[in-house]
Amino acid sequence: MIPAQFDYVAPSTVEEAVNALVEAGEDAKVLAGGQSLLPVLRMRLNVPSVVVDLCRIESLRGVRDDGDALVIGAMTTHSDVFHDPLVREHATLLTKAVEQLADPQVRHRGTFGGALAHADPAGDLGAPALALGASFVIAGSGGTRTVEADDFFEDLFTTAVQDGEILTEVRIPKYTGWGAHYEKFVRVAHQWPIVAVAAAVRVDGGTIAEARVGLTNMGSTPLRARAVESALVGQSATDEAVRGAAASAAEGTNPPSDLNGDADFRRHLATVLTRRAVLAAAGA
Amino acid sequence: MTRINVKVDGAMCSDDVEPRTLLVHYLREQLGKTGTVIGCDTSNCGACTVHLDGRSVKSCNVLAVQADGHEVTTIEGLATNGELHPVQKAFHECHALQCGFCTPGMIMQSVDLLNENSDPSEEEIRTGLEGNLCRCTGYHNIVKAVQQAADGAGSAAVASTSGGAS
Repeated sequence: MIPAQFDYVAPSTVEEAVNALVEAGEDAKVLAGGQSLLPVLRMRLNVPSVVVDLCRIESLRGVRDDGDALVIGAMTTHSDVFHDPLVREHATLLTKAVEQLADPQVRHRGTFGGALAHADPAGDLGAPALALGASFVIAGSGGTRTVEADDFFEDLFTTAVQDGEILTEVRIPKYTGWGAHYEKFVRVAHQWPIVAVAAAVRVDGGTIAEARVGLTNMGSTPLRARAVESALVGQSATDEAVRGAAASAAEGTNPPSDLNGDADFRRHLATVLTRRAVLAAAGA
Repeated sequence: MTRINVKVDGAMCSDDVEPRTLLVHYLREQLGKTGTVIGCDTSNCGACTVHLDGRSVKSCNVLAVQADGHEVTTIEGLATNGELHPVQKAFHECHALQCGFCTPGMIMQSVDLLNENSDPSEEEIRTGLEGNLCRCTGYHNIVKAVQQAADGAGSAAVASTSGGAS
């Protein structure tokens, strides 16, 4: 299948890209790695008049150390995030999640910012980014603004990024020394998760001192399992204690029902996967 | 139309394409490189896998204009001087195909996999090929072929000029 015709621009700076978007209005689409956008264009689910390709903006690529945070450029590929030593050391949860995202070919092209801005509720990066308290830097014609993770994901495929704006980078606070795990449940290899759980914990002398847990595909946006997080603090990292805390994983969620499973099955999965994710993160 | 300059299988190509042209359509229809096939057209099956700047990509999920200024290697560019690439040779010797339709993509992804990890375990091979579907379900011999290529690798270039394992 072939996409409908569109005009194509590949600017070399963020400013030029923003100008191109503003000029094109609401019929413009931003192209990052294209691994979600191109299937949409091929099936003509979206027919943009202009596609603004960010691939020539070198400043949007790479990971840098910024004191107590890492800054990941929006156009950094999943493969580069996976291999990045800073991410592996300070935000292990992202390493674990991108490792399981789609397949190798998609990871070579797909980008960190593109996936987050696409905001598929079954995408693998939203829950880890939310759990880690990421902040999102967005450029527009009025300059840049920063949106915190709790306010970034608004609905299905909808984020705080507005028409005429571009997500440029994502800041992740450092979680040096924390254990992390991404537990993903799929029926078919390389597919989107039916449910997945992102967990990061700081264990101190066998006791869970801090915990952050995010849920994938348990609602129209990624969700924090705050009840689980608070129940985990002070518990020993044992199967019994974690099982008890994980029982509240589905609290406040609104999972979808589809061919892969109904909402009740997903609520059950959330508790099981949360237990597995937290235990693996704690090294238990 | 947009002018693109792409190095494909070692040759410089300069062509006008519509921005909506997919890389796989450019390769097959404008360059006649039909060795790269279109399987699912939904970016699932991996049959259209080629290398873009040395890394595997699904060419149905890349625009031709995105390859402008870059280098593409297809299944047709793997053999050197008529000598099969060690992975091609291993697929042949292990009979790692049934109908053969997934083979170009399987080989390109296997080469990428071995470039990254020259000594993969069986599980790593299966995980590394998870973006490539064989609808004949002939995975067993494909995994064997990758293992054989890995055993003869380390010095893939040497293997391909010395006649390989026999």
